[in-house]
Amino acid sequence: MAATSLTNEEIGRYSRHLIMPEVGVEGQLKLKNAKVLLIGTGGLGAPVAMYLAAAGVGKLGLVDFDTVDVSNLQRQVIHGTKDVGKKKVDSAEESMKDINPLIEIVKYEVPLTSANALEILKEYDIVADGTDNFPTRFLVNDACVLLGIPNVYASIFRFEGQATVFCKDDGPCYRCLYPEPPPPGLVPSCAEGGVLGILPGVVGLIQATEVIKLILGAGQPLQGRLMLYDALSMKFRELKIRRNPECQGKCTVIKELIDYQQFCGVPHEEAPLPAPVSSTDITPKEVKQLIDANADFTLIDVREVHEYQICKIDKAQLIPLGELPRRLAELDKEADIVIHCKMGGRSAKACDLLRASGFSKVRNMTGGILAWSDTVDPSVPKY
Amino acid sequence: MPKILIPTPLRQFAEKKDSVEVDGSTVGEVLAALTAAYPDMKKNLFNDEGKLRSFVNVYVNDEDIRFLEKDKTAVAAADTISIVPSIAGGK
Ligand SMILES: [Zn+2]
Repeated sequence: MAATSLTNEEIGRYSRHLIMPEVGVEGQLKLKNAKVLLIGTGGLGAPVAMYLAAAGVGKLGLVDFDTVDVSNLQRQVIHGTKDVGKKKVDSAEESMKDINPLIEIVKYEVPLTSANALEILKEYDIVADGTDNFPTRFLVNDACVLLGIPNVYASIFRFEGQATVFCKDDGPCYRCLYPEPPPPGLVPSCAEGGVLGILPGVVGLIQATEVIKLILGAGQPLQGRLMLYDALSMKFRELKIRRNPECQGKCTVIKELIDYQQFCGVPHEEAPLPAPVSSTDITPKEVKQLIDANADFTLIDVREVHEYQICKIDKAQLIPLGELPRRLAELDKEADIVIHCKMGGRSAKACDLLRASGFSKVRNMTGGILAWSDTVDPSVPKY
Repeated sequence: MPKILIPTPLRQFAEKKDSVEVDGSTVGEVLAALTAAYPDMKKNLFNDEGKLRSFVNVYVNDEDIRFLEKDKTAVAAADTISIVPSIAGGK
């Protein structure tokens, strides 16, 4: 049942909204009756959740199955130091309830999948997508297309953000903008590429603003427009997004959800498995044994200079992945070579590159310097 | 000369520059000049068949070239070309 009036408590709390003609009692009632689902309670989800809670959005759903890690706190301001180790949905709920106890919060402590997405999303009027991976981005899009729910979209990388509103009325969807995901590994994630802590604050609040505008029916929604934000140059730019006639979205043929992991070329993770062991892999412990035995081999670190400055393995020679193609001459094709990076992704690419260039004895140190810290030398800091 | 804005993820392949000016009268020519100057950029922009990758969009000013004449879209000296890859980060 939709609420038709505000309580005295609500009138007091939302008075700065109520005295604005653009919101007023009518608008505040729209907020109170609104149901918004936030996918992710991380960098983007944090400001969105806090401000939408404060604004009095009546029902806020949170989808996240992560726990709070200390490295999240540089930007995920909804979580605090005391929350490290807690479920993100629990920690987020606690902050939101503290900000505004008058709203309803529904927690979904699950990964969003093709099996549960429609069931979860259909309870909501608007979705705000703040996830961190392509399979979920496409899943959320397709579910929004199928259900006819607007998807307020934002994504971030380092100091750059993108935002728009997809699937509103006849507007374009995510697939109209990007028909296909990049192959795994070609676009670095925030965990690999880093993100400026304040960036999700700015971009998340663009998202929250669009959510509020959609609820109120006010202003011009960020629909059919891709907003690009560059924090370093402090520039906003706007590009047109058109409905792609070839789009697989609402536009044409989406009839059901698909296997998005497969669509994005991501191997299935049934349970967290140890990294697959191949004959070209070597564990950090084995590398340590080689070093201790004074074995004749070359250890190459393919991370960036600024990462090398955080921590390094003494024997390693730094050649950032981007420079590797033109620095091959520095390496001996017959030498025994072990490559490492932060977590093993970039070093795998470097191994492929070297093998393709005729290097025969190339091995990838599994788990990167993080695994080195875990299993060989805990004095090496993790970042 | 037309200006190409380089997105953050690709700046590492263009000597960390955020924009470059190259010669060319169509999008195809301009991108060819860009990848000639920065060969490492090539595999990030084009697939093995030499087609623009489907997660990379190119705009002349604010219009997507897929809705213009794709790589044959004319480019004038005062135009700005944006390369906009999809990014998924949110955490
Ligand atoms: Zn579409």
